[in-house]
Parts: sequence; C-alpha cells; structure tokens
Amino acid sequence: MSIFAAPTSFTSGARRGSPAVEVRDLRKDFLRRDRRNGRLARRRRWPALQGVTFEIARGECVAILGQNGSGKSTLVRLLSTLLIHDGGEARIFGHDAFRESRAIRRLVNRVSVEASFFKKMSAAENLSYAARFYGMTPRQTRDRIPEILERVGFPADRRNEAMEHLSRGMQQKVALARALLTSPVLLLLDEPTTGLDPRSKLEVQEFVREVRAEHDATILLCTHDMAEAEALADRVGILDRGELLFLEPVEDVKRRYGVATLEEAFFAATGRSFEEEHEDDGERGVFA
Amino acid sequence: MTAAPETLRRELVGLAGIVERNVYLTKRYFLWDVAFMVWTIANTLTIVFIARAAGLPPPKENQLATALLVGAVIWAFLGIIFEFMTETVAWERWEGTIEYTFMAPLSRSMHLGGMGAYAVLYGLIRATILFFVVAAFIGIHLPDANFAAALALLAIASVSFIGVGMMTSVLPLISPEKGAQLGFVAQGLMLVVSGVYYPVSVMPGWMQAISKISPATYAIRGCRASIIDGAPLLWSNVWPLLVIAVVSIPLGLAIFRRGERYAKKHGKLKRSG
Repeated sequence: MSIFAAPTSFTSGARRGSPAVEVRDLRKDFLRRDRRNGRLARRRRWPALQGVTFEIARGECVAILGQNGSGKSTLVRLLSTLLIHDGGEARIFGHDAFRESRAIRRLVNRVSVEASFFKKMSAAENLSYAARFYGMTPRQTRDRIPEILERVGFPADRRNEAMEHLSRGMQQKVALARALLTSPVLLLLDEPTTGLDPRSKLEVQEFVREVRAEHDATILLCTHDMAEAEALADRVGILDRGELLFLEPVEDVKRRYGVATLEEAFFAATGRSFEEEHEDDGERGVFA
Repeated sequence: MTAAPETLRRELVGLAGIVERNVYLTKRYFLWDVAFMVWTIANTLTIVFIARAAGLPPPKENQLATALLVGAVIWAFLGIIFEFMTETVAWERWEGTIEYTFMAPLSRSMHLGGMGAYAVLYGLIRATILFFVVAAFIGIHLPDANFAAALALLAIASVSFIGVGMMTSVLPLISPEKGAQLGFVAQGLMLVVSGVYYPVSVMPGWMQAISKISPATYAIRGCRASIIDGAPLLWSNVWPLLVIAVVSIPLGLAIFRRGERYAKKHGKLKRSG
C-alpha cells in the first residue's frame, strides 16, 4: 500500500479539465545596482524571466534546465506565490497564481536546493510544524511522520535528533518528506539533488520516480543536471537568461538540433557551452 | 464538514502549530532563556535600587520601589512581545524557513496571531518570575496588591501590544538589513512616552499627547494602581486599551500585508542582506 495519501478535500481544489500549469508570457524583473559600478550606482532592471510560455499536463514530469541565474528559481517562486509577477499570467489547476494564492498554496509544495529547517529542532518537530500549516492535527501526524520518514530512507532512530546534526543528504530527505506530507498535487523541485553525494542523489531520484508513480503528482523539476533531467522528465526545457528556448521530449530536442546530448543541444541553441557563464549571470543569480 | 467550519478548523490548527513550534524552540534554547532571565533580573535590580538611594521614609521608599518595579516588568513584557513579533520574519529568514511559511495555506492573521499568543504566554511567565524575584530580593511589601486586576489589565493590553507588534514586524520584510533594529527603536519610543519610570505628567505637553495613543500608558498606570493601592480593574484604563486594540490589530495586519506584497514584488522575502 502506498503511504502517499491520495489528494484530500484540501488538495482537491484543482479544477477539472484544466492543465496542471499554464504559463503565458510570464515576466519578472528585479531592480539591482550594478556591482561593478560601486555602491552608489543607479539601480537598473534585471530581467529574470522574459515572456516565458509553457504548459504542463496533469501527472506529467517536466524538467527545466538552466545555468545559475537563468531564472529557474524565480519561476518556481512565482508558481509557489512567493513572488509577484511583472506581466503575463500563470494558472495552476485553473487558479490564477497571483489572484488566488490561498487556493494555490493548498495544491503546491516545494523542495528547494537549501533544505531550510529550524536547525535546533528535530526532523519530527520540523515536520509536525509544517503539517499544522496544512491543517494536520497531532493525531494525524503521529503515525504519518514516522511512516513517511521511513519511506524516504531516513533512519527512525534519528528522527528526534536536531537537524543541525544531520548530513546534507539526510536533511534533503526530510525536505522531501515535508513536501510529500501535505499530499501536494503539484510538486516544485528546485535543484533537489544539488550538493548531494552520488548515492543520496540516486536515492532522491528514485524516490521522485516512486512519488510520481504512486502519488499521481505533477512535477516541475528545475535543475542544472542534464542527466537528472533526462532520467526523470517526460519533457525537457532550457531556460537561458530568462527565456525558455524549448520544452520538448528529449529525443525531439536531439532530433531538432541534430545532436546526441542535451549539452550539445544547449550549445546549438545558445552558441555557448552549458558550463560557460557570462559575468552578468552572477548578478542575475542573486535572485534567479 | 462544510467549507467555513473546516477552513476555521485548519486555521486554528495552523495557529496552534506556530505556538507548538515556539514551545520546541524554547525547549531547545532553554539555557539561553535562563541566561536572559538572569540578565533581566540584574537589569531590573539596578533600576529598583534607585528607590533605596532616594533617602525617603520607608513607606514612600516601598511605594517608589514598587512603581519602578512595575515599570521595569512591563518594559520587559512589552520587550518580549515586540521581540517575538519582529522575529516573525527576521528569525525565519535567518533559519531559511521563511519561504515555506509564507507559501503555506495559513492566513497571515493566524500566523501573526500565533506568534502573538505565544509571546503573551511566554512574556507573562517571565514577567511573573521577574516581578516576584525582584520584589523578594529588594524586600518590597505589597499588602494591598490586587494581582488579579493587574493581570487582567495586562491581558487586555496584550491585544494592543500584539497589534502594534504586527506593525513593527513588517520592518524586516521591507528592510532585511535594518528592519529588526527599527523594531527596537519603535519599542523604545513607545515606552519613553508611556511613563515607564515616571509619571506621564512630567513630560512635555507634546509627549503627553502622544502618550494617549500608547497602550503601555494605560497598562502601566493601571498595574501600578492595582499593585500599590489595590485598585480594581478600572474602566478608565480598560476602554482606551479596547479602542487601541480594535484599531491596531486590523491596522497591523493591513500594514503587514502591504509589506509582504512589497517584499514579494521586489524579491526581498528570501534576502538576508
């Protein structure tokens, strides 16, 4: 039996017939001083997202690839109601992401590159706290937290240990457990395996596959790991300096550019290698 | 269950979650709390000993020491509420959890209400310990004290303090670098006009005018009257606190929501510098 709860009345606010995610001409700018001109330099607009348009079907897993500062995290923050857009629109299961934020928050959860926990509190305490925000009572979490921690491969005897004593890999497993505890129908994964050792990385990837198979969640995976994107996603897109270059099945991308790998496709589309970063990208990376 | 009661149930569970989290953190930082308590007691003693140095006859000295102690205890109580409310944002940003809290389906009123509720509970326990430890150390006699009336007034004042705290808790959202410090400035300004160690009447007229909109003015005046003279809960202190509460809570929430919108527009929710 799956330990991942079916969507509850709480998460069933998804409107029937609507795609999981619809993004149209989405734009986001940030005001930044150009560091190269010193502290007194005038602020100027840095476009983090420039007219991004795409759609994700229910149950689909889509990966967005991009370098540091490409706008991946800005996209995830916009979809999780943590940023307000400067133009365009985004709808999640038919709900306007910027006007119906309460409804969106019930449907979405997120795992980011930083595990982000109260470091003095234990894994079990952090999960209890997060679950309360979604209306889960102590009676509901008493059994569910140990179950879900066990399922992500977190040792039961360490669940009362302070987070600050856990390895990065362990913390990321707790972050996955936190996201799944609330049974989201849209899971936003923002570089969930960055900084993990190879074994932890594989465990997290295997877990994402299982979640998708058992929980029927829609997944948006933002990463700069091309192999991970290829292994997990139905379609792959490349976000380059705020612009989405394409979003297609991997084989279609390779065929379109006549290349064998996604790295080569990135080079063919941008004229740059994936590792090569412009000095502006560092500035953009402050937000994106 | 129909939508409205179910929503209310979830909101209350969320509010309880905020209180639960703060209980966990207090347990984890218990030794730090003990150290902070010792510091507060020492600080309060330095103020209350002024009464001993005043060279007054014993009854007058006892009265002055009690008046100073009430002022110091309310300062400490208010300080706790402001600290918790201001740290609603600052602490979560430091821990890195702020985005998870702000993307959760919990209304801001319950979020801030949970912080305020725990702050009042924690502040009342600390204020009670502080009051009785210092009173015992100095040897203050309180034959007529009406503690029930003082406690009830402090509870009523707490609602206003939370409302004002909501207004200051937005500062770290607007200014990640200096917001928390500005919260402490606001706390200091409120107490300076509220007659914390002196009667409001000794201040210039314009400061006396400002003191009328400070909830601390009525809390300090009422608690002094109850503890020194045994006065009951006086309507003249209660109604201004109720009016300030009715205005400050919605105003505090509106200001916080506006600050949250600003932070989301400019990408300041996550930033630590």
